[in-house]
Amino acid sequence: MQIIAEGLEHRAINEIIRSGEGPFTIEGCLGQRFIAAGMSDCDITINGVSGNALGAYLNGATITVRGNAQDAVGDTMNEGRIIVHGSIGDAAGYAMRGGSILVEGDAGYRAGIHMKAYEDKAPLLVIGGCAGSFLGEYQAGGTIIVLDLAERASDRPRRIVGNFPCTGMHGGRMFLRADCRGIVFPDQVTARVIDDFEREELRVLLAEFCEVFAYDVDEVLSVPFTVVAPDSANLYRQMYVTN
Amino acid sequence: MEREGQIRIPSGCAIAAVISREGRRMSGEKIVRAMKPMHERSNGLGGGFAAYGIYPEYKELYALHLFFDSRATRKECEAFLKEYFEVAKSENIPTRKIPTITDEPIIWRYFVAPLPSVLANLQLDERELVARIVMRINAQMKGAYVFSSGKNMGTFKAVGYPEDVGVFYRLEEYRGYCWTAHGRYPTNTPGWWGGAHPFTLLDYSVVHNGEISSYDANRRFIEMFGYKCTLQTDTEVITYIMDYLLRVQGLTLEEAAHVVAAPFWSTIAAEPDPARKEELTYLRTVFPSLLVTGPFSIVLGFDGGLMALNDRLKLRSMVVAEKEDRVYVASEEAAIRTMEPEVEHVWAPAGGEPVIVQVKGGER
Repeated sequence: MQIIAEGLEHRAINEIIRSGEGPFTIEGCLGQRFIAAGMSDCDITINGVSGNALGAYLNGATITVRGNAQDAVGDTMNEGRIIVHGSIGDAAGYAMRGGSILVEGDAGYRAGIHMKAYEDKAPLLVIGGCAGSFLGEYQAGGTIIVLDLAERASDRPRRIVGNFPCTGMHGGRMFLRADCRGIVFPDQVTARVIDDFEREELRVLLAEFCEVFAYDVDEVLSVPFTVVAPDSANLYRQMYVTN
Repeated sequence: MEREGQIRIPSGCAIAAVISREGRRMSGEKIVRAMKPMHERSNGLGGGFAAYGIYPEYKELYALHLFFDSRATRKECEAFLKEYFEVAKSENIPTRKIPTITDEPIIWRYFVAPLPSVLANLQLDERELVARIVMRINAQMKGAYVFSSGKNMGTFKAVGYPEDVGVFYRLEEYRGYCWTAHGRYPTNTPGWWGGAHPFTLLDYSVVHNGEISSYDANRRFIEMFGYKCTLQTDTEVITYIMDYLLRVQGLTLEEAAHVVAAPFWSTIAAEPDPARKEELTYLRTVFPSLLVTGPFSIVLGFDGGLMALNDRLKLRSMVVAEKEDRVYVASEEAAIRTMEPEVEHVWAPAGGEPVIVQVKGGER
């Protein structure tokens, strides 16, 4: 079912999706926010620029954006898939606890902030380009992967990740497709080159990303990767209270 | 009703801008339209625009835009203006009656030139004189407020949603080489016409999304230099900081950006270029009280250009894009694509990284 977004505000778009028959294609999207918020069991393609909080509280739906997405993609999502054929704004995957967000281009600041995991839920955020500062801030679970596949990215000078990655990280893992020389991580985390077992794990984690964006997984994995994880169970001992 | 300065209410906001590097003038229609997809970032308590290059026929004169609460105040203020200026033209700013904009004050504009005798007497350059007169009216003349005071530029602002404010002021009838826009969602102060953005002094105008936590520290410092913060809004203090750094201290735009959005000491310590490291250290050391903390994204407009800047932590969104000779800035990409669907090079500048665009040939 086709939805012409022009002149429709977000409530109207979501109402059409809730009451209609999928799959849905939203044409000419221009900043309408909260699209597909909380939705399960539907398939939505968005042509244009989706607004803030795309797929917030998503609960199983699949969203494909052909264009860039703005801030807070997948805010607090629980399950489902968000695929962006473009770049995303700040705070992508804020506090997500399940499902996956796959981004072809760059991510803004604070991607994966407060990302967590719960029982069998293990969220995945894959960024094909580079990420801004504060990547994985307060990360508590799940997996963040940044690939810096520069051939498709912009021509501006760039680093795989900006300043202060992993600040406050206390769970989960982050994989960066780089040797990470010159990147400063906080004392409470350890960054090291991946081992063979982790390379095989990455092959699984990246399978869908490579399929969707037509990358050869072996090529993607042919360069050094760094894995970052918190040091131990009680990293911030005595920082706030004596515990 | 209580006004700015009398009450604080515990901001989301929307900003947008467009500039032509070639100095080609554009009508205000597109920038007004750009605010529509960002409607939810405002709450109807303030909208405004700054436009550069709109008064070429009076480009040697200062264009003063004023709000008055009564005819008597206007008469009093005009008598005061005539003591310092030759008034070449005075008129109502044309507006449209629309149901969404109500309770408008008296809105007037004057094209003025400082009297040479006054300048000689006071031994002031004319920009300093104009700045002082604006301060004096805004701080001391009850019921009068100067909301625009530059040459060949003008600010238009009101209580309402920005897209309505643009219709109200008939902005499609003006043509400027640079436009900035703001939709307001006041969090600390009530919405009054004077409290809408842009905030201006001379040709400097600032639109701002955010809420700075260093307001009082910045205000205490800047008020030592004759500025009067009358509205308790953080944007006003940013405007005066920019005037102080750029006009009074003569800093470059980039230097001013490194004062207000100075990098962390740890970032400065890791800076590989020794000259840059020294400069950043110097600016942070000399102007520590002008470090602006807390979330902000701003567009500073000035004669011949603009500068877009985020706080160093980038706590507010800001997107920049280009198309031919034009550069666009907005809180959201959707706003930019409303103005130009086929933009190129869309990017989000890092926190504290200024984006400076100047019209070819400099000031005009």
